[in-house]
Amino acid sequence: MGQITLNQITKSFGDVQVIPPLDLRIDDGEFVVFVGPSGCGKSTLLRLIAGLEDVTSGDITIDGRNATEVPPAKRGLAMVFQSYALYPHMSVRKNIAFPLRMAGLDKEAQNAKVDAAAKVLNLTDYLDRRPGQLSGGQRQRVAIGRAIVREPAAFLFDEPLSNLDAALRVNMRLEISELHQTLKTTMIYVTHDQVEAMTMADKIVVLQAGLIEQVGSPLDLYHTPRNKFVAGFIGSPKMNFLTGQYAAGYDATTIGVRPEHISVSSSEGTWSGRVGVSEHLGSDTFLYVDIDGVDEPITVRSTGEIGVRHGDNVYLTPDASKIHRFDKQDLRIP
Amino acid sequence: MATQHSRSAARIMMAPAVVLLLGWMLIPLTMTLYFSFKKFLPLRGGDLGWVGFDNYVRFVSSSAFWPSVQTTLIIVGGVLVITVMLGVLLAILLDQPLWGQGIVRILVIAPFFVMPTVSALVWKNMFMDPVNGLFAHLWKFFGAQPVEWLSDAPLFSIILIVSWQWLPFATLILLTAIQSLDSEQLEASEMDGAPPLARFGFIILPHLSRAITIVVLIQTIFLLAVFAEIFVTTQGSFGTRTLTYLIFQRVLESQNVGLGSAGGVYAIILANIVAIFLMRIVGKNLDS
Repeated sequence: MGQITLNQITKSFGDVQVIPPLDLRIDDGEFVVFVGPSGCGKSTLLRLIAGLEDVTSGDITIDGRNATEVPPAKRGLAMVFQSYALYPHMSVRKNIAFPLRMAGLDKEAQNAKVDAAAKVLNLTDYLDRRPGQLSGGQRQRVAIGRAIVREPAAFLFDEPLSNLDAALRVNMRLEISELHQTLKTTMIYVTHDQVEAMTMADKIVVLQAGLIEQVGSPLDLYHTPRNKFVAGFIGSPKMNFLTGQYAAGYDATTIGVRPEHISVSSSEGTWSGRVGVSEHLGSDTFLYVDIDGVDEPITVRSTGEIGVRHGDNVYLTPDASKIHRFDKQDLRIP
Repeated sequence: MATQHSRSAARIMMAPAVVLLLGWMLIPLTMTLYFSFKKFLPLRGGDLGWVGFDNYVRFVSSSAFWPSVQTTLIIVGGVLVITVMLGVLLAILLDQPLWGQGIVRILVIAPFFVMPTVSALVWKNMFMDPVNGLFAHLWKFFGAQPVEWLSDAPLFSIILIVSWQWLPFATLILLTAIQSLDSEQLEASEMDGAPPLARFGFIILPHLSRAITIVVLIQTIFLLAVFAEIFVTTQGSFGTRTLTYLIFQRVLESQNVGLGSAGGVYAIILANIVAIFLMRIVGKNLDS
């Protein structure tokens, strides 16, 4: 079981309120991702759930039990830290066994659990090494191993992949998703990377300045963002925003079009512009097109290779059914 | 990266310092060795010629030698135990967020700036004096007979004085070490269910082991040469005669330079034995 409810929780550091009153319900077995720009309070929120910070007001309920005043160790949650926080003077085996040892399990039970976890995480050959002798990905797995042996009600991940290189990050992303499929335990995952959020989450919580901007499944957020912030944050490359005369025709203050919903033509189209940088990735081509009266270049994503060069004149046509309209308050007009 | 030219320039510029330091070390060492093989009594005839290993034999066979070695080791060991244990505790306390932290830290470090002679005199006259000392007043306040510290518990008194001087050093080094501990490690262990005492034993203490090694090594080197504290308090009586003090007495009180020099050579050997011994036990910590 791992059902967590946050009821009107707030957090202030001195006079600064970093989390305004906030409600959130996380269901058992869900993979929830908190995503937002740096300083949006997502790590603080995770630490509040973990019990490493005290809430200023409000209640945290874990599995129907009020856990607001319960110390971290008694909440039945396990956390994987950004720096992994492995104990450098202990072997991998002792690191993973540490929570069991603190729980007072006997040696045999400890070893059995550690061996099982090591097998799941491919760490069997490294059990006698020290964390300092492991690569980044292996250390990450040790940290996860230390979390799974406790059989927690929920896992908390605090930007666990941000110290890994790009290739390893993709691998570990898959491994964590795989782990979630096997264990079916609630996982709460904090990241600033919307790609991680989109690929792993059952439910994404987009935060800005401590406020929840929107909660929903990845595709919900992609198709029907509640406001301009969510629209700009979810999706890669970012959504293009146009104002003024371009938006007026759609009866909106701002319109947003995703790069993948614009088609390019060299002869005719709605908007004309001049190609700036073009990035050829083979499978896709990203064009940055300058059009009149818009400061930022419009990003266009075309599949396959297209033969345009820097300085070419092109015409862009947005897919009318995929245009998002926003009003003066930056809220989406349905 | 250094070119041939810059390397030789560097050598020339370092040369004066190297020559000075070498001379500083070699000249006294050679003179000590030279005198240790002579019968040299400044007030009783001066240089009386070579005597081979006579001085060495006489120094060791003197009844004062082994007790002085023992005293030296007790003082060094006692001070090390007290400063490391209290140092760890103080470092943890000073690491806590605290109002007026800067001032408190300076106050804690202050004893290190007091000269050994002065601090020994302060302790002797203001704390341990059986008539006017603070301790005497304290004892009397509770109706007890004041302790004559320097004659009843002379070794303990000296250990106390020296520990008071060296505690700031240990605290300072251990505090910087504690501050370098990754707070996420402590949080992780907290989530893993470790109570405060286990967090201390499993996380903080192992993290401090290297700093403790450094404190032990550096303090040992200086503590073997403790002198002023003994000179101004007990003058080597009541079993507080360390090896250093014995050498001083042989040279200046008995006016026997040759015998004292032989003792000096023994002191060098003892210091090296202790150093090698310590390196063996704790030096492993410095490698990893």
